[in-house]
Amino acid sequence: MFDSLSDRLGGILDRLKKRGALSEADVNEAMREVRRALIEADVALDIVRSFTDRVRTRAVGAEVIKSVTPGQMVVKIVHDELIAMLGSDAKPIDLDAAPPVPVLMVGLQGSGKTTSTAKIAKRLTERGNRKVLMASLDTRRPAAMEQLATLGTQVNVATLPIVVGQSAVQIARRAMEAARLGGYDVVMLDTAGRVTLDEALMAEVAEVKAATGPHEVLLVADSLTGQDAVNTARAFDERVGLTGIVLTRADGDGRGGAALSMRAVTGKPIKLLGTGEKMDALEDFDPRRVAGRILGMGDVVSLVEKA
Amino acid sequence: TRTASSLSTGITDLFTKRRLDATTLDDLEDILIRADLGVETATRIAEAVGKGRYDKTIEPEEVRALVAAEIETVLKPVAHPIVFAADVKPFVLLMVGVNGSGKTTTIGKLAATLHAQGKKVVLAAGDTFRAAAIEQLKVWADRTGASVVSREPGADAAGVAFDALQKARADGADVLIIDTAGRLQNRAELMAELEKIVRVIKKQQPDAPHAVVLTLDATVGQNALSQVEAFKRVAGVTGLVMTKLDGTARGGILVAIAARYGLPVHLIGVGEGVDDLQPFEARDFARAIVGLEDQP
Ligand SMILES: Nc1nc2c(ncn2[C@@H]2O[C@H](COP(=O)(O)OP(=O)(O)OP(=O)(O)O)[C@@H](O)[C@H]2O)c(=O)[nH]1
Ligand SMILES: Nc1nc2c(ncn2[C@@H]2O[C@H](COP(=O)(O)OP(=O)(O)OP(=O)(O)O)[C@@H](O)[C@H]2O)c(=O)[nH]1
Ligand SMILES: [Mg+2]
Ligand SMILES: [Mg+2]
Repeated sequence: MFDSLSDRLGGILDRLKKRGALSEADVNEAMREVRRALIEADVALDIVRSFTDRVRTRAVGAEVIKSVTPGQMVVKIVHDELIAMLGSDAKPIDLDAAPPVPVLMVGLQGSGKTTSTAKIAKRLTERGNRKVLMASLDTRRPAAMEQLATLGTQVNVATLPIVVGQSAVQIARRAMEAARLGGYDVVMLDTAGRVTLDEALMAEVAEVKAATGPHEVLLVADSLTGQDAVNTARAFDERVGLTGIVLTRADGDGRGGAALSMRAVTGKPIKLLGTGEKMDALEDFDPRRVAGRILGMGDVVSLVEKA
Repeated sequence: TRTASSLSTGITDLFTKRRLDATTLDDLEDILIRADLGVETATRIAEAVGKGRYDKTIEPEEVRALVAAEIETVLKPVAHPIVFAADVKPFVLLMVGVNGSGKTTTIGKLAATLHAQGKKVVLAAGDTFRAAAIEQLKVWADRTGASVVSREPGADAAGVAFDALQKARADGADVLIIDTAGRLQNRAELMAELEKIVRVIKKQQPDAPHAVVLTLDATVGQNALSQVEAFKRVAGVTGLVMTKLDGTARGGILVAIAARYGLPVHLIGVGEGVDDLQPFEARDFARAIVGLEDQP
């Protein structure tokens, strides 16, 4: 459905092959295609704008070397700048605090919080050798607590016993208490999905944060998200103070521009990618792969590496 | 809502004491892009608004109404309720969509609506994969007076659909709604499973399923086009529901989908409660996109 950025830029820039350096006019024409490609990849418009400004500054006057076309040169600059903006190094989950270390999972409805909670718990247990307790603070969605309990059994991680009638804050306090008594290293707090316009629920999650003092507050977001990515990321960050982002459904065929939008608007690192429904489908964030995806490039990435 | 008002502020800023020139139309296009209409559709609508009015001074209110009217023109032909034909018994509805898009919740809300109309509803717990998906559907059945047919977790989904259709026919149910597991449209093996469900239903009742409804999450951007394309091809989608319109996302991709596929849009989800399901109204949806929803 989409042309890759290099195909598009090729058409525009390759006739300029003879020139030594990219002129402002060449670059401006190219930036229109870059803008379009980024919007089709669901990068939020305001972020597209600041991004193309940065690329423009770098591209004007850039020397085109013999081995590549001007189109490939611009693609390389776009690609490098994308990686720089996405955050060049992977940031693992930080558990450097006195145990039990609370990790709070927040996000919109259906974004993948419960699944990601169990995946992260499994990883911390198996790779990090931590003793993890999971607790569902979702008092709203039908069978939400059963879902987390079932996943806990699947991945061999303890879940807090379900007590009907407690509020999210009460459950959070009970989880911290149980973790202290049980000698747990980490407490994963799964919360109900909420839209950011829902004042009562946003207040609830802020209260949970205040009551537990989480060391990590992770926004779990769908990598297929469109322009709304900025609203959601900003609202959760303002209200609960995020420490990182988990992007789910990276196994889809979306271009994943939300990664750039959310990173840019919050400045918080993308820590993990969800790449499937199974419990081991969790990967460290790799900015190179995500950048290539946003640009619809695949093997072009290795091509521009020569530039 | 806040979304609508921020969008309308955008349009107001944009058009206060300004002429309808190229820059202004570019800015208008940007506003539509921010609502997820996509570049192509946004450009087309901005052009239509500019046509014949170029360089005229125009009031913000008027621009808003013009944009809404253009969007409404695209959406009007696709606004259709699900017709539960009275002579079809049981009417079989298959619910499909990507993970977490709102299938099970929409089924619950729909079951409640049908129950309130005096219809006898059977639900099939066709998501045998996701943890506690069966329990989730059972809670909705309890809320809405429907009955549920299920097998154990991990069972063949097509088998559940077969059992449920048999029971719905034996019990003289009016409507059978089949829940399915969420699946991303690029996962060939999961899409093949969906194809199998349809095949097994047809074996028992050749004219079923009578409706195949795809749920689209309003927060999803351009990928929704690819979702419609794939689910239509594999499962023969007959109509759409858009969920989560109570959040900040505007679901403008529906305008591009309507223009490209012309599939009926039946309903919108505006919350997690049993009553949070509304008919899709082209005019309201179009006006909400440009921030006119609260005005008479
Ligand atoms: N393909 C794919 N599916 C995922 C991924 N992460 C989660 N899912 C699926 O997405 C759906 C929703 O996941 P949940 O974990 O229930 O989402 P949630 O945010 O807890 O949902 P609520 O609690 O209702 O707000 C389920 O069908 C999951 O299996 C992923 O990385 N890839
Ligand atoms: N705010 C809001 N939330 C909704 C709406 N529809 C569904 N949800 C929520 O979205 C989440 C996912 O809904 P489900 O009905 O479980 O979605 P699903 O498509 O069945 O998910 P899977 O079976 O895991 O693929 C739940 O938390 C629902 O309560 C809606 O219209 N508005
Ligand atoms: Mg959950
Ligand atoms: Mg479901």
